[in-house]
Amino acid sequence: MSNESLQYRSELLQSLRSFFQQRRAMEVDVPVLARSTVTDINIESINVKVFGDSGYLQTSPEYFMKRLLACGVGDIFCLGKAFRDSEVGRRHNPEFTMLEWYRRGWDEHQLMTEVTELVGELVQRHTSSDLAVSKLSYADCFIQHLGVDPHSAQLPVLRQMAVAASSDSWVTETRANCLDLLFSLNIEPQLPGGLVFIYDYPACQSALAQIHLNDHGQAVSRRFEVFFNGMELANGYAELTDANEQKSRFEKDIGQRLRDNKSAVAVDNKFIEALESGLPPCAGVALGVDRLLMQLLAVESIAQVMPFSWDRC
Amino acid sequence: MANYSTNEFRSGLKLMLDGDPCSILENEFVKPGKGQAFSRVKLRNLKTGRVIEKTFKSGESLEGADVLDMDMQYLYEDGEFWYFMEPDTFEQHQASENALGDAVKWLSEQDICVVTLYNGAPLSVVPPIHVELAIAQTDPGLRGDTAQGGSKPAKLVTGAIVKVPLFLEEGEVIKVDTRTGEYQGRVK
Repeated sequence: MSNESLQYRSELLQSLRSFFQQRRAMEVDVPVLARSTVTDINIESINVKVFGDSGYLQTSPEYFMKRLLACGVGDIFCLGKAFRDSEVGRRHNPEFTMLEWYRRGWDEHQLMTEVTELVGELVQRHTSSDLAVSKLSYADCFIQHLGVDPHSAQLPVLRQMAVAASSDSWVTETRANCLDLLFSLNIEPQLPGGLVFIYDYPACQSALAQIHLNDHGQAVSRRFEVFFNGMELANGYAELTDANEQKSRFEKDIGQRLRDNKSAVAVDNKFIEALESGLPPCAGVALGVDRLLMQLLAVESIAQVMPFSWDRC
Repeated sequence: MANYSTNEFRSGLKLMLDGDPCSILENEFVKPGKGQAFSRVKLRNLKTGRVIEKTFKSGESLEGADVLDMDMQYLYEDGEFWYFMEPDTFEQHQASENALGDAVKWLSEQDICVVTLYNGAPLSVVPPIHVELAIAQTDPGLRGDTAQGGSKPAKLVTGAIVKVPLFLEEGEVIKVDTRTGEYQGRVK
């Protein structure tokens, strides 16, 4: 990492804080070390020993932030570290900087507008250029690039397409993983430059987002992803507030993790209790700060924007 | 051979793929935030030289290929095989025409080559980067034409055909870059 990018990182962190200060969101500094973690099938938490017991480095500040929202705090943001095991590469580092924020009473489209304003302001300030912005539904992307409706296509068809795009090992994959693979290999490289919002994700990839019906009457997730010059930058939801539905999704994840021989994790009951006590309607988004820096500085590798990337730690 | 998992993939690693030994050229870790991780790998098939792209799920593994690059001295050929010797042990290996490929048109006895062994047998041969070879046959040289451009084909004693400047004569020794097949200069 050059001196210049170290300086740039410092300025970016300040810019992010002042953006939210001006917009009256409060910074919260929540734990990165906790007794519980996420059940996501494709996210591995780093397991540590704390007083001889099992603890986890948090993969995002989401659960703690929602517990605060359920306690009645207003709009909040968190700018801090997140950790994910087994993720290292040109765009990945096991420890990274994440910006996450929540807006009470907003829907996902209002939040997408704020992401545009935030990134547009930073691009203007740091590179003195305008930001191109496009917005597409997940289904439109699939229909345009692969000629198939991702919500109604039969699983065998998706598996066949995944196998054709990669290798035979996808022949038994889940619907969600086949869709992810096809998106990564066939759609992501075709996305326009600038900021691209993809919304209305498949219901099977809802995670912590609400589900609603799209214009064709199909159940889709109120989840969006943001790509910046073709690189995944942020992921947001109109947040699921139904504790029972959330608990049953977590239990489904745990079952799938068991079938996939992945490490066992338990439901975070403190988080479920917070939802039971009442999470106000809100929208939230998490954004990779290192990747934002990569785009602002136009560099190819995440190691170039970190003072010490994992291979040097 | 040991198995290698995707997290051990790096460029230069030799693996078996569909029955052929391959060498990894590039390995990129890909993972959507909420999605399954995979590796996009570019490999060179060491038998055919073809470059292939494959996508593996993270955690998948492939068998390592018993492939070894070794400096060896070229000894002679008997019309069917080309013979190479390990300089330390004097152990000899016979390489087929297939394994030699393009290298055949550059080899002189005693050249040190890189021989790739697969399961102990030569799979491919890379000749020295620079070789010095005599011209066996070319059109007569043009006197005085030493500076200006213009070239003509010359057949070397090993059979290779190289473009050389017009002033060169049969019997003269030239230096050639075997990677490009280009004339580098005259050897006096």
